[in-house]
Amino acid sequence: MTTRINETFKNLKQTNSKAFVAYIMGGDPDREVSQKMLNALPSSGVDIIELGMPFTDPAADGPIIEEAGLRALEAGTTLSTIFEMACEFRRINSTTPIIIMGYCNPVHHMGYKLFAKKAKASGIDGAIIVDLPPEEDSELREAFNLNDLALIRLATPNTDKNRLSRVVSGTKGFVYYVSMTGITGASSDRINSVSEQVNRIRHASNLPVVVGFGVKTPDDAQKIAHDADGVVVGSAIVKELNEKGVEPALKLVRALAKAVHK
Amino acid sequence: MSNSDNTITPDENGRFGDFGGRYVAETLMPPILELEAAYEDAKSDPDFISELDGFLNHYVGRPSPLYYAERLTEFTKGAKIYFKRDELNHTGAHKINNCMGQILLAKRMGKTRIIAETGAGQHGVATATVAARFGLKCIVYMGATDIVRQKPNVFRMRLLGAEVRSVKSGTATLKDAMNEALRDWVTNVNDTFYCIGTVAGPHPYPAMVRDFQAVIGREAKKQILEREGRLPDALIACIGGGSNAMGLFHDFINEKSVRLIGVEAAGKGVESGLHAASLTGGSPGVLHGNRTYLLQNNDGQIIDAHSISAGLDYPGIGPEHAYLHDIGRAEYLSATDDEALHWFQECARLEGILPALEPSHAIPRTVEIAKEIGKDGIVIMNMCGRGDKDVFTIADALGEHISEGTEG
Repeated sequence: MTTRINETFKNLKQTNSKAFVAYIMGGDPDREVSQKMLNALPSSGVDIIELGMPFTDPAADGPIIEEAGLRALEAGTTLSTIFEMACEFRRINSTTPIIIMGYCNPVHHMGYKLFAKKAKASGIDGAIIVDLPPEEDSELREAFNLNDLALIRLATPNTDKNRLSRVVSGTKGFVYYVSMTGITGASSDRINSVSEQVNRIRHASNLPVVVGFGVKTPDDAQKIAHDADGVVVGSAIVKELNEKGVEPALKLVRALAKAVHK
Repeated sequence: MSNSDNTITPDENGRFGDFGGRYVAETLMPPILELEAAYEDAKSDPDFISELDGFLNHYVGRPSPLYYAERLTEFTKGAKIYFKRDELNHTGAHKINNCMGQILLAKRMGKTRIIAETGAGQHGVATATVAARFGLKCIVYMGATDIVRQKPNVFRMRLLGAEVRSVKSGTATLKDAMNEALRDWVTNVNDTFYCIGTVAGPHPYPAMVRDFQAVIGREAKKQILEREGRLPDALIACIGGGSNAMGLFHDFINEKSVRLIGVEAAGKGVESGLHAASLTGGSPGVLHGNRTYLLQNNDGQIIDAHSISAGLDYPGIGPEHAYLHDIGRAEYLSATDDEALHWFQECARLEGILPALEPSHAIPRTVEIAKEIGKDGIVIMNMCGRGDKDVFTIADALGEHISEGTEG
């Protein structure tokens, strides 16, 4: 529901705080551990959850997310698993938005209408489909609109003025600003100064602006939260979960949340 | 290069019917729109066309001969079989036609860094060759599995000054090399030109690569009219992504009397599941920037392709082929690893030509079609690459050990 996303930003604004958006790969390393991680995110300070849908050929992701996806697939994760995870999460949480994030082919294969219907029924609030630019997303957007789901579009440093108005005009919930021209998990040195870019997007849209790609440490997150309405951290959390397990990963999540909310 | 206005043009969204399009991350939209505009401008510029034609004549060695394969024809006892001999091009395959076009375009756009993906290494070698000719930096992504089975080409690329980057992610084959090239492009959008080797990828690549390869069919049409005074009954070509086939077919699309036949790699047999036949054994989906037929499972995950030929070992096919398939203008057949190996040897024995493993797939279907059409008929097969690169793989498959380079 777009309402859940809008409410989240409204509440944060009232306390003059920013949104901490955490990404985990659905089904990584298996359904059980991933569910445990998902369920614990809100109490660890996460305002919005991005739940990754694994794909064999994630051409916009770095090795950390790619390997997480391959682990999830190896464990038998499908789109249905992602929907089941969201359903189970909704039994204990009715306020934290879930945005599912992935690539077009599995969605296309299921069919855009059925995908939207199932997402809605599972308590999912929106989706980011990385390889579906405005030129190609009208069919999915229509299905999402019918189900009150947000199809969130990406803006990048090289999205020029003309494209930017096209990008933001069809997006709902928030605008996701990609901090660099690059892939997920790249070095934070590559993050360009975001304040100017965030202002550029605010000029084109009234929606909140959330910034992601390359954000790894609480320091990075705090700097970006100063300028944006929200900060996304993905690869760093996925890496911690893979290398050290659920508790250390949640500890990192709490530290990141604290930095963003400061 | 010249333009035929009587053929298929993708619509403004880069679609051939329901296929094609631009399924890329937002970061890649500005560069592919820039590329589209630059290509539209170049292809109507007489200076660009004459520069390209000059290099095709004097550097690539075009026109390539249209050769009457007399002994194969006698052996077959059917229609006359001609080979369009693109294996005689500089670097040994049709790939350089496209590289020459794209790299001249890159130069025109002021790009200084060329990236490419390669499977068998033929496109990588062609890209490295043309990049060397124009003094441009060149990086070639190649799956770690393919690096082992195509060692001679890896060494050739390095000799030509290219950096070959081994791709270990995923299945470490051509599709993963393409993922990695896309990751490079998304990271270095400003100075980098991505030279895609086949008629796939986001618009404008499928149409642009086809246009650069269409020289094959234009020459073949002129040559067969000179030799036989009439059009052929059928054109036959192997298909991985489908660039040599599209190049041969393009000028004949509106010649309805000419059958267009593509031959996919059936690996160990389409029914075995171990194949690379996207049209014969796949379904529509979205990968690497375009909607086309793909090998995928019930959850829309990509299935690895299998073929003895690294150049056909790709789980997709160009969108224009998907379209020609669905409207019934072209026919798509397949050939197994074993058939390719058998006809590789027959062709060597009968014609004194070592075909690459890729066109070796087209020979068994060419022979069948020639028999079916009968003695008064004429067929043209695209001999799109030479087999020197494959001798180790073939020796291995035949159980012979010819040198320490036979691994893989």
